[in-house]
Amino acid sequence: MPSSAVVTSRRHFLRASSILGAMVATAPAWANASVELPLPGGPDERPLTTVFPQKGQMILQRTRPPLLETPFEVFDRGIFTPNEQFFVRWHWAVIPEQVDVTTFRLAVHGHVNQMLSLSLADVLSMPRVELAAVNQCSGNSRGLFQPRVTGGEWFNGAMGNAKWTGVRLRDVLDRAGVKAGAVCVRFNGLDQPVVDGAPDYMKSIDLDHARDGEVMLAYQMNGEQLPLLNGFPLRLIVPGWYSTYWVKMLNDIEVLNAPDDNYWMKTAYRIPDTPRANVQPDETGFATVPINRMVPRSFFTNVTAATKLSPSATIPLRGIAFGGDSGVSLVELSIDGGQSWKKVQLGNDEGTYSFRRWNAKVTAPASGKLSLMVRCTNTKGVVQPDQPNWNSAGFMRNVIESIQLSVA
Amino acid sequence: MALSFQTAAYGAVVVVGVVLFSIGTPAERSSRSPVTETPVSHATPPTPGVSGNGVTLQSVSVEFPSSDRSFPGGAAAEAITDNCTACHSPGMVLNQPGLTPAHWQAEVQHMRTNFKAPVADADVPAIVAYLASTKGAR
Repeated sequence: MPSSAVVTSRRHFLRASSILGAMVATAPAWANASVELPLPGGPDERPLTTVFPQKGQMILQRTRPPLLETPFEVFDRGIFTPNEQFFVRWHWAVIPEQVDVTTFRLAVHGHVNQMLSLSLADVLSMPRVELAAVNQCSGNSRGLFQPRVTGGEWFNGAMGNAKWTGVRLRDVLDRAGVKAGAVCVRFNGLDQPVVDGAPDYMKSIDLDHARDGEVMLAYQMNGEQLPLLNGFPLRLIVPGWYSTYWVKMLNDIEVLNAPDDNYWMKTAYRIPDTPRANVQPDETGFATVPINRMVPRSFFTNVTAATKLSPSATIPLRGIAFGGDSGVSLVELSIDGGQSWKKVQLGNDEGTYSFRRWNAKVTAPASGKLSLMVRCTNTKGVVQPDQPNWNSAGFMRNVIESIQLSVA
Repeated sequence: MALSFQTAAYGAVVVVGVVLFSIGTPAERSSRSPVTETPVSHATPPTPGVSGNGVTLQSVSVEFPSSDRSFPGGAAAEAITDNCTACHSPGMVLNQPGLTPAHWQAEVQHMRTNFKAPVADADVPAIVAYLASTKGAR
């Protein structure tokens, strides 16, 4: 009886493990499998890894400093991206491996009446807010740019959606008292450059934006403290704006009385000041501005180019959409190469800046291919374009997604 | 010796516990690797926490893995290995698309100028030559 109990329990345990799917590595190898990303011209193979602390299975783009992409099938499981599979992106390799919550301090200084050094207990005692928002890398989908450009060669998984819990930046600023003449607020985290003299990673936003009541300091994502690699213990949340502003391990807020001319605002993360940040590959002489608001996107999550359909079968289609800097107004599907579009059903509205589920049904032809396109229009009336944009940094891709399914 | 049901059941529980402990939890196994041993919260003593308003934050201590990838090519890769891997692991470069020598030259210069990569002038040609041959435009 003892031994059979053991066997039974062990079997249960193994079954429970397999429900978690590939997140549980059968062999604790550094990289236990690989994935092929459809990047034009390659290289397209990336390891899948589970070795990063507090993270499940991720696509390994770079070990140091970590660039980890969310496997795309994760987005089919729900509109909130699990913390352990939320994408990771760091600029500099000096990242603390320990954070002591009892000694951590957040400094607020610069053009303020009263400098602050807030403990996490101080932050937790302030009025709490919660907001769902998509966090997307400026260069999400960079690997799909043609001609190809350098940088993190992401497919579409450098994004995620979470419920963020924390405090309003406005409340923190009010506690310090912003002096007249302040123009912007700069954010710095605990990470540091490897090389002396290299630019520390800092970002800033205008004072009005900082005080809009939506920008917040999050101490929880999806109801739990943040994984260290996602910015524990505090991360700036800038709803509707690209992730470059969502400073991780935030420990320093500086109110400036002049525009921020640090490298990461003045030189890096700039986009052409053109519609959709679009220029020709050989174009020069255009003005640039700091990257800012996100644009709408939508994706298929339950089918890929490898999906085979039965002849004349009716199949459920689903995916996710987000409006960027505003809500999702409508999502439309085309089965004729974009000549006609039909509205699809939208799932629960979890807030302006959240992913939104969409659902539809399509019937496969008797033979050949089924060509599908999906597009999102946001509540500001901005619709995804049918041609991809291009810029040398690989920023702001949001072309309509197309997919061809074969009838087998 | 008579074995009571209770004793047997207790024994079973202990054996199950030992087996599960030796297997490790899913979280433990998924975070282990030959490269690093990552501490997990339940395997270490309770970490200090800070609470307020019903939320508790707990101190975190982790270890990042190091890269097990190197630049292929033997001696030809010496300059890039010596000069570039302090700031980033080789995978960053190996995942890049093929580019022209001029493009690679500009990329190396970008690392030196903007990111203060301490690359000696004398090493630049070897790095660019390596990139152009390993990651050349097709």
